[in-house]
Amino acid sequence: MKFSNTVLATTLISSFLMTGCAIGDEDEYRDKNRWGGSSLDVAPISNASYKEECGDCHMAYQPGFLPARSWEQIMVSLEDHFGENAELDSETQQQLTKYLTDNAAEHANYKRSNAMMKSLSYKDTPLRISETRYFIRKHDELPKRVVEDNPEVKSFSRCEVCHTEADMGSYNEHQVRIPGFGQWED
Amino acid sequence: MKRIILISAAMIFTSNLVHADVADEMLAKFQQQGIQANAQAGESLWNKTFTDHKTAQQRSCTSCHGNNLNHPGEHAKTGKAIKPMAPSVNSQRLTERKKINKWFKRNCKWTIGRECTDQEKADLLSFLSTL
Repeated sequence: MKFSNTVLATTLISSFLMTGCAIGDEDEYRDKNRWGGSSLDVAPISNASYKEECGDCHMAYQPGFLPARSWEQIMVSLEDHFGENAELDSETQQQLTKYLTDNAAEHANYKRSNAMMKSLSYKDTPLRISETRYFIRKHDELPKRVVEDNPEVKSFSRCEVCHTEADMGSYNEHQVRIPGFGQWED
Repeated sequence: MKRIILISAAMIFTSNLVHADVADEMLAKFQQQGIQANAQAGESLWNKTFTDHKTAQQRSCTSCHGNNLNHPGEHAKTGKAIKPMAPSVNSQRLTERKKINKWFKRNCKWTIGRECTDQEKADLLSFLSTL
């Protein structure tokens, strides 16, 4: 009994420590820069249910790309989710709303989250990441034939098609490979 | 300690057993309610085309799942790959009641414009279980 208590305590302490490291956004960001490696642009997804429920139909966008008010709005209108039905049972809906708003752009100290927040007026509640001024500015050099008219890309909503490490939260320009066009740097 | 391991092992084992029979169980429940599942009716519903009243778009299950259910499909809007629907190819299919109900709700509303009736659900389940 005493032994299993010790094991339990050790497990709890070590998992607490590990979580502590993983969510130390600012330090992680700074450390990676210091060593010259690529830094993460946005916090990676840390919620399995979000990945599954939202990622079945489209890339599970990192919550740090939109402010909490946007996620709230999106999550209360899932019945008409950009023309699709994406209803969730109310328990899952509440859990995911909490995850999204807790990790929204204003709460995540990452490069793109900060830039996104800076570009938004407090009056803006964007419902699509691709509608934001920040996103448009970052993609304005791309002609139509490369994205919308490219049958292998079709839409700006499919981050992962060109940003090869998007699912890990990395949107570095050097990792961009556009199908049919290859590497793309402006 | 040993007992805990044994109990967990037993729980994992039984939960797997339960999962394997989810579609059958659901069909049995429908039958208890007097609903006779018809796989052929399920197949024709699966292939039937409906017109969305808002967009006038033609929609059917095959819009996303494709014409060969042994092969992956593609989401009509986002282009995201959808794993094959046939349980013989994709053993994860029809193994979770919660998932089955979630997709019945969403996809019936998208395709037909309303929720499916229990009869339609039974027919579809019975058709898909044969694949």
